Amino acid sequence: MTNLSVDATAQVGQPLPGAPNNWKRFFSFSTDHKVIGIQYLVTSFFFFLVGGVFAMIIRGELITPEADLLDRTVYNAMFTMHGTVMLFLWTFPSLVGLSNYLVPLMIGAKDMAFPRLNAAAFWMVPVFGVILMASFLVPGGPSQSGWWAYPPVSLQNPTGNFINGQVLWILAVAISGVSSIMGAINFVTTIVRMRAPGMTWFRMPAFVWTVFAAQIIQLFGLPALTAGAVMLLLDITVGTSFFDPAKGGDPVLFQHLFWFYSHPAVYVIILPIFGIFSEIFPVYARKPLFGYKVVAVSSLIITGLSGIVWVHHMFASGTPGWMRMVFMATTMLISVPTGIKVFAWVATIWGGKLRLTTPMLFALGGLTMFVFAGVTGIMLASAPFDIHVNNTYFVVGHFHYVIYGAVVMGMYAAFYHWFPKMTGRMYSEGLGKLHFALTLLGTNLNFLPMHPLGLQGMPRRVASYDPEFAFWNVVASIGAFLLGMSTLPFILNMIGSWVQGEKADKNPWRAIGLEWLVSSPPTPENFEELPIVVAEPYGYGKSEPLVANADKLEVAHESR
Amino acid sequence: MMGRMNSRTVFTLGLVAIALALVSFWVGQQAYSWLPPQASAESILVDQLFSFMVTIGAFIFLGVLGALTYSALFQRAGKYDASDGPHIEGNVTLEVVWTAIPLVLVIWIAGYSYRTYDQMSILGSMEHIHMGMATAEAVSLIEDTDAISEPEPVEQIDVYARQWVWEFRYPQLNITSTELHVPNNQRIRLALHSEDVLHGFFVPAFRVKQDVIPGQVIDFEFTPIREGRYRLRDSQYSGTYFAAMQADVVVESPEDYQQWLSTTATQPPVTAYNQAFDEHQRAHNFISTGWKSVEPAPPPVVNYPSSQASNP
Repeated sequence: MTNLSVDATAQVGQPLPGAPNNWKRFFSFSTDHKVIGIQYLVTSFFFFLVGGVFAMIIRGELITPEADLLDRTVYNAMFTMHGTVMLFLWTFPSLVGLSNYLVPLMIGAKDMAFPRLNAAAFWMVPVFGVILMASFLVPGGPSQSGWWAYPPVSLQNPTGNFINGQVLWILAVAISGVSSIMGAINFVTTIVRMRAPGMTWFRMPAFVWTVFAAQIIQLFGLPALTAGAVMLLLDITVGTSFFDPAKGGDPVLFQHLFWFYSHPAVYVIILPIFGIFSEIFPVYARKPLFGYKVVAVSSLIITGLSGIVWVHHMFASGTPGWMRMVFMATTMLISVPTGIKVFAWVATIWGGKLRLTTPMLFALGGLTMFVFAGVTGIMLASAPFDIHVNNTYFVVGHFHYVIYGAVVMGMYAAFYHWFPKMTGRMYSEGLGKLHFALTLLGTNLNFLPMHPLGLQGMPRRVASYDPEFAFWNVVASIGAFLLGMSTLPFILNMIGSWVQGEKADKNPWRAIGLEWLVSSPPTPENFEELPIVVAEPYGYGKSEPLVANADKLEVAHESR
Repeated sequence: MMGRMNSRTVFTLGLVAIALALVSFWVGQQAYSWLPPQASAESILVDQLFSFMVTIGAFIFLGVLGALTYSALFQRAGKYDASDGPHIEGNVTLEVVWTAIPLVLVIWIAGYSYRTYDQMSILGSMEHIHMGMATAEAVSLIEDTDAISEPEPVEQIDVYARQWVWEFRYPQLNITSTELHVPNNQRIRLALHSEDVLHGFFVPAFRVKQDVIPGQVIDFEFTPIREGRYRLRDSQYSGTYFAAMQADVVVESPEDYQQWLSTTATQPPVTAYNQAFDEHQRAHNFISTGWKSVEPAPPPVVNYPSSQASNP
């Protein structure tokens, strides 16, 4: 035993980035953005499975009208934790992980601007993940106030304990916020300051534009959420009265603070997915991204508009009519830059030479699901219609089409597309296509029935419901269990292919982009010599080099 | 591809657009059947708006889906074809068109929605003083105008929400009920009160909803137009027994309503059944942790306990 630990110490003393096959680097405080990116992706995928188990428990309860599987307290904890885990421990960190891996490679940088800050931001994720999970062990269980944590429900503390699920929830969300702000500072700085020679703004891949646009939202939005969370914490712990109406506080104020961040947060999530679509369609359609500059700039327009739409979550709340009308108008407007992107992708694909590989299938599926979600989104922007479906399953269906249909499918597309780059191995196409078929079927079975349920008037967050709603709930539950199963071929594919997949060369997709000019996986320094970019990012259909020094990007002795 | 369109392409595109429009119109007409019965004047307005948005939405969704499906089926690269597609970077005309059309569409939808919201005027006439708009128009939609020219407006009914009880109070006769009775074809005015947390007043058949906020009294209006018994559900998450917080709304003829009021006024108050309270006394489920809940409010003591007591 003593010998072993001496060995371990000796290995930790090695310069970690120099050991590409050492799996232990993924468990270290590595400052390599590629290691951190994979750390984020794997950690967040673990929590995706945790959140998925919660979802299947929820659907298990809802397969019958009565509240007969779980105590209502447990059910309420389940949907609260499902939402919280899926957003703060899967969606945000997985996108940060992908961005972390890709942005420096795509702009021709050797690492992020602040590598240590990057590692610190990542290591906060497992910390708040543990804090959140620990809330299952405190008396009274985890928070049961939903992921919005609206007061006064979130202020009610039936156990009377100082350390309770709600306090741990706020602590976890606060640490998540700090981690996100650290990441945002790093991304914005990296994109502004670290671009390779010749990498002008309009030579940046569209993905980098979307990351830039998304991270700016984090910088202006998170302070509002943090302020709301601190005030809520003070209300619970020391008895201040910011939001408690019994003491003269205003619960609607919390809703404004919460949604001022949490609506733009939707764009923090969807913008990088738009970026993934913009990268993947040109590669597998063999055509340039249609209207690249307009697509790039519309990301920033979305960022701007995202800051002035939040009240559409409060159309049925304590808001006056004029406010409902103003925010209805702004919300309608944000669909225009989004529509520009959708039409640009369709035009990119149209007339191309398509290859329906797994990433292309996921991207096409994700785009289709997103357009459906966009259509219901415009309906929800219409205040009089929203008043009918607000807080019903229609909204739940809408945002799961966004979050599962578009975001999760887009993430899967990205996982497959960049898997050869990250691991140096090819994935299995057969398993990938099986995964796609199950995901597409499961998504629609699970989330389409939520629309008729909402239209008929089934509120969200109910543990029991009137028997008239039973049919569509059974269908949705079957879809949910199918979605749970759909992750199995993916996990098998990722682990199996990483261990023994066919070796990938540096550019298996014949894709254009700086990340495809270096070996798979790239060396710790990414580029031996910084690339000198001489062309726009999507040169499909014309043979023109992307960089002036392609042969000098890597060390000469790596014979290929 | 996009720039030089010959007449044949234009003709084909036109045919496709007409076919799409017809299908979308049909889908839009189906939209009415996806909704609950139209039991209020507001529901007619909302359903028309919904049908309109479904028509436009179906056109866009089916158009995009059709284009993608066509590409995926007929524009695939051959197995050994390693060549690229045409190098088309964009098309300014096309981009202007697909910016302008959605912009016009959303302005149209927003204008239509604004008009609908204004006609509903569910937050009462006070709202219109702030907004500078005309008075309630929803009533004028009812075909049988005689029925609504009733000179005596219905008294404002108090709605009390607490964890997890709905209680209704009719101030003139000072009677209480756990069932909301309202006369048909008349403007109903409610005063929404919450005694603890946020709740939501939601009657799907009326298409109206309003959060009930502790510390405020919210005036709320609608016009029922169809006799029957409908569900009132709590729509803003209110804690442990949130799902059980439902009640019935009974729309009846003005004569029946008057009859109900006078009969109920003679009833001595009795303790009504309350599902949350009842469940809290016994409930143990398959997976039970004993996590503590906020204590439900005691069952209300009312003149009229609801005739249909049990909810799932």
